[in-house]
Amino acid sequence: MKALEIRNLQKTYKNGHVALKGIDLTINQGEFFALLGPNGAGKSTTIGIICSLVNKSGGSVSVFGNDIVTMSAKAKSSLGIVPQEINFSQFETCLEIVLNQGGYYGVNRKLAHERAEKYLNKLGLWEKRNDVSRTLSGGLKRRLMIARAMIHEPKMLILDEPTAGVDVELRRSMWNFLTEINSRGITILLTTHYLEEAECLCRNIAIIDGGMIIENTTMKQLLSKLNRETLVLDLTTTIDGIPEIDGYPIRKIDPHTIEVDITRQQGINHLFELLTENNIRVCSMRNKSSRLEELFINLLENNNRD
Amino acid sequence: MSAKINLIAYNTILNKEVGRFVRIWIQTLLPPAISMTLYFVIFGNLIGPRIGTMSGYTYMDYIAPGIIMMAVINNSYANVVASFFSAKFQRHIEEMMVAPVPNFVILAGYITGGVARGLMVGVIVTIVALFFTDIDVKHPVITFAVVLLTSVLFSLGGLINGIYARKFDDISIIPAFILTPLIYLGGVFYSIKLLPDFWLMISTFNPILYMVNAFRYGILGISDIDITLAFVIIILFIITLTTLALYLLQKGTGVKT
Ligand SMILES: Nc1ncnc2c1ncn2[C@@H]1O[C@H](COP(=O)(O)OP(=O)(O)OP(=O)(O)O)[C@@H](O)[C@H]1O
Ligand SMILES: [Mg+2]
Repeated sequence: MKALEIRNLQKTYKNGHVALKGIDLTINQGEFFALLGPNGAGKSTTIGIICSLVNKSGGSVSVFGNDIVTMSAKAKSSLGIVPQEINFSQFETCLEIVLNQGGYYGVNRKLAHERAEKYLNKLGLWEKRNDVSRTLSGGLKRRLMIARAMIHEPKMLILDEPTAGVDVELRRSMWNFLTEINSRGITILLTTHYLEEAECLCRNIAIIDGGMIIENTTMKQLLSKLNRETLVLDLTTTIDGIPEIDGYPIRKIDPHTIEVDITRQQGINHLFELLTENNIRVCSMRNKSSRLEELFINLLENNNRD
Repeated sequence: MSAKINLIAYNTILNKEVGRFVRIWIQTLLPPAISMTLYFVIFGNLIGPRIGTMSGYTYMDYIAPGIIMMAVINNSYANVVASFFSAKFQRHIEEMMVAPVPNFVILAGYITGGVARGLMVGVIVTIVALFFTDIDVKHPVITFAVVLLTSVLFSLGGLINGIYARKFDDISIIPAFILTPLIYLGGVFYSIKLLPDFWLMISTFNPILYMVNAFRYGILGISDIDITLAFVIIILFIITLTTLALYLLQKGTGVKT
């Protein structure tokens, strides 16, 4: 079953800006899908169209087989939305916000109360249920939007940068929450700027840039495309000059630290043999940036060159 | 099943709407009580006795229905325009747009909210009026029907204004430049029979004249115009504005990009 099917989706805003140039995207039921892209790539526009907040200019979108225009009620009922920007009333309490959202989906008051308690608890907001929303911290506001999106227990959850501006601890607990509901069969589509987040959570990934999908694959395959990485090596001994080792470009950061570029074919065993021969002892090693980050930057560079 | 879901959604919107104006009662329920009291004191008590009778009633009795109607019109309109615009401004209108709430339910929820405030203020002003005059309702059914329909009509007006409004100024332009003049010239404070022919003719184009007079007929049993015509006009306006509002909601005007 396809949870989401997007065909040749186009959007031109009223000011003439072309935000989507015909994108195709398919997400199967149960997937945990990441949509990545730089600022202004068209992520929020895509999500806006899926959840009926933005009018499309062309193409089609269907959610669990229901076209968002002709079968909008069915399509909407199966979606839960966590938008990029805060969009609840600043004067209502957390509980009111979640309960009202349940009401809009036709969830009766009693059931809505049970679920509100369940999800506000899970997201650490139950204690604050009677607090007026504007008094919450930024991270808690984001969690409130997740609780709100779960009130009708949708089959698919769409989150637009849910962890932007959220501290590490809250982010981890949000990840746990999302992983848990995904394991219960809820399809998830997530946009993020934290590549680490996509790498850690998602099995499938699409990269959007300039209103076009430039990559759409599994996380595994994508990472396997990464041909070159940069390693940072911390040394036990200090070095004076830059050691010259055939085939491995080395840069010296400080007398204790060097950077080495290696390709997939070379592997690291050989590098270490050569380092040992040159009397360079390594005490620790790490990737300069996350592997996905490097890949991402490579992809965007290639896309802009084309 | 779908009817049940729609009913839950409708109740949710209505509760939210009523909750909103009750929570901020100092801004919504108190001001009309104060300003209408002033009208009664100044125009009724102080100036009224010098004016004498109008259409056979003391001036105080004559203006009371018009003042109640003025409060109902203003508050029905103000409630919906402010609430809808602030839902757009704070973006929580999106909560409704992403959910499967049909547009007619959104419309019904907001309009009932406006009517609730309009009627509540109407009752408050009526209670105030009772301190100054004995209101003895001649035709209760007509009175209630007119006030209800008028409240619906101006709630619709407020909704359409709220849909088009882009900034805070836009929610006060129509009330200040169109609504208030029409109300004042709609025979709240005088019988149009006092006007020269030309202005009398002009006045007949003012829809509010029909509502004020129909309401006055319900209470006092006197009117400058034909009551049936008044109902026809009000209902035609309601049909037109409902159609327009549903069309705008469907298109997503002012909400969708
Ligand atoms: N209402 C609008 N009117 C005109 N242009 C818009 C509108 N909304 C977005 N855009 C433009 O469309 C493009 C895509 O915007 P969108 O918000 O979809 O990007 P995004 O991928 O979500 O970016 P970010 O990561 O910054 O959230 C941008 O160039 C943006 O300026
Ligand atoms: Mg965005």
